[in-house]
Amino acid sequence: MYIYDDIDQRVLDQRVEQFRGQVQRFLAGSLGEEEFRGLRLRNGVYIQRHAPMFRTAVPYGLISSQQLRKHAHLARTYDRGYAHFSTRQNIQYNWPKLEDIPTMLAELASVQMHAIQTSGNCIRNITADHFGGVAKDEIVDSFVWCEIIRQWSTFHPEFNWLPRKFKIAVNGAVADRVAVHAHDIGLHAVRDERDEVGFKVVIGGGLGRTPIVGPLIRDFLPWPHLLTYLEAALRVYNRYGRRDNIFKARIKILVKEMGTEKFRNEVEAEWALLKDGPNTLTEAEVKRVESRFTRPTYLTLPEHDAGLAQKLAADTAFRNWHGRNVTPHKVPGYAAVTLSLKKTGVPTGDATAEQMEAMADLADRYSAGEARVSHEQNVILADVRQSDLYEVWQAAKALGFATPNIGLLTNIICCPGGDFCSLANAKSIPVAQAIQERFDDLDYLHDIGEVDLNISGCMNACGHHHVGHIGILGVDKNGEEWYQVEIGGNQGEIRPGVGASLGKVIGPSFARAEVPDVIERLIDCYLARRDSEAERFIEVVRRIGIEPFKESVYGKADPKSPRGNRQLAAA
Amino acid sequence: MAKLIQNRRVATDNWLLLKPQGDSLPAVPATGNVIAPLALWRAQREALLARQAEGARTGVWLTDTDGPEALVELLGQDLKRLPLIALNFPKFSNGRNLSTARLLRERHGYSGELRAVGDVQRDQLLGMYRCGIDSFALRDDQDAEDALAAFDELPVAYQASAIQPLPLFRRQPGDAGGARSAEKAS
Repeated sequence: MYIYDDIDQRVLDQRVEQFRGQVQRFLAGSLGEEEFRGLRLRNGVYIQRHAPMFRTAVPYGLISSQQLRKHAHLARTYDRGYAHFSTRQNIQYNWPKLEDIPTMLAELASVQMHAIQTSGNCIRNITADHFGGVAKDEIVDSFVWCEIIRQWSTFHPEFNWLPRKFKIAVNGAVADRVAVHAHDIGLHAVRDERDEVGFKVVIGGGLGRTPIVGPLIRDFLPWPHLLTYLEAALRVYNRYGRRDNIFKARIKILVKEMGTEKFRNEVEAEWALLKDGPNTLTEAEVKRVESRFTRPTYLTLPEHDAGLAQKLAADTAFRNWHGRNVTPHKVPGYAAVTLSLKKTGVPTGDATAEQMEAMADLADRYSAGEARVSHEQNVILADVRQSDLYEVWQAAKALGFATPNIGLLTNIICCPGGDFCSLANAKSIPVAQAIQERFDDLDYLHDIGEVDLNISGCMNACGHHHVGHIGILGVDKNGEEWYQVEIGGNQGEIRPGVGASLGKVIGPSFARAEVPDVIERLIDCYLARRDSEAERFIEVVRRIGIEPFKESVYGKADPKSPRGNRQLAAA
Repeated sequence: MAKLIQNRRVATDNWLLLKPQGDSLPAVPATGNVIAPLALWRAQREALLARQAEGARTGVWLTDTDGPEALVELLGQDLKRLPLIALNFPKFSNGRNLSTARLLRERHGYSGELRAVGDVQRDQLLGMYRCGIDSFALRDDQDAEDALAAFDELPVAYQASAIQPLPLFRRQPGDAGGARSAEKAS
């Protein structure tokens, strides 16, 4: 964890009081509805279908056991006993009262947490790869850079009223685990030939209704220039980004309309005037931030734990779980464990107060008191001793967090959908559940192998459906809920050679009840066409294209004709 | 007269904002301080530069799309002689001219009065102030006395800005705006 000093704490406390005043003025009627909207959004407060929705920031997804317990306490005291882990590494409450929110914020501030810039047209919570600091393929500890950007972006006076929201992600390892190309700015750490740290800068990616794989704007930005370059890019966006149409206001539209080359020239020209100025980072500041992160004290252990090997050999269920939910660690004898929040029958990403407390207990007992929230809506214990894995598995199993499905079809990313969200065209949670029920045979699921399945309830794409290997989008047709299916999307280069891409729609949409059949047909097609078990779904789609998949879903007939749908309904 | 805050005090506004009348440029009165649109400056640069007598000064206002470069190009070194530059905020949620303010202060060396006009309300003041705006023509429904409290709401800032040349990480104890204390991480 980054431990606040007195200044960091003061910034937070000031903000709580400022927001308390804004809520009071709104409730007293001296602050108008529209003005208050702009202000409350900057503190994570939406007005939703049922009540305000309140989104707290989990900076770069890193959370301590104490902070988890605080969230559990908030869920129990001010909400209905549970909270939702979002795809932005945040935690959301769906039922708080507006007048309680300043007090909830004060409680959060007491454990160095907040809701600053979790919404609104400003720089949002910075996201990071969830294996930051422990990944075997680590280049830099992404959390340190995220914290530096967090401080720079907190109440940045020039960039607080941007044309639209602004999302920055930092990836610190070789594998892209943050979807670098799907962000307003994606930073991917690299080292040059002299081993100097820098960043690949991708600008203008994004999902939503105009999905774009972000173009590379700079292939190596030396670390001291990180903030001046961000300042230049944000300034170009603030000045030239469109404000006439909310759907064309993201930076991706500016980059697209200007052209990558011209946009790059604008940013570089602005940067030339800011470069080496006071915002240039110093080694002392990077060291200071680094030194304020607590890190576990690792024991000297053998690379492989003998006891673990025995347990793996003896227990198939444990072996299955270990194969999916345990990730190698850069320190010998340790491993990272992913607790799955994707148990069939539970809304994706939801956790009760008791579950959050149980996670906190697990983190305290086995993982140096810390956890990470992943953008895939799971929780990671990053520093577990291999010799503890069996115990952790048993404990996780008892709590319902041990579904061995990380990376598999049922590890669905899913937005809250029409059950909770006022923007949604269709429900998404029941679709996820129906698919999870259809694929509940674990042997079958493991045989299918890695598939990212993402569901969004509307074109705002909070469920990241464009970058799912299989993506499902809820659409409204004359007041009825239908589901469009796309395949071939990929969130980023997690495996070498398979870069980020957007899915392609396979044809006309389906009724909700048909969706599990459609997924089954896509999977059947994949299983029939893969050249070996090692060839993943996404790789088969890349190799053979979407036509064979279309045929297996709609039959040979032209998918535009209604017969395709009828055949399926009869199946 | 609009409610005005100047240098963090409630003040009397003795400037008249000249607005274009449809397609035609507004006429400049013989006396009184006026804020003329950029288009008028383009048409009457020399006359307006010369119109800087006591009680008959001329400033300029920029829309959110004019940008500082157009003004700098038109006035060159004379920019620094302008008594007032107004930046229009057509809607409180439009922060485009926040960049203009910083550029005028930090890049083009403008040190005269920099005024926010348009949809200007209390909760925008602090951010505008940190971008270098020191004068605020508040929206009619705003309570100017009450709005003064906004300047003190977030006394510590991480960033460098128009009123703070150094980011927090370069400030020393005793510098304005606070500094990190020397204590070590535990």
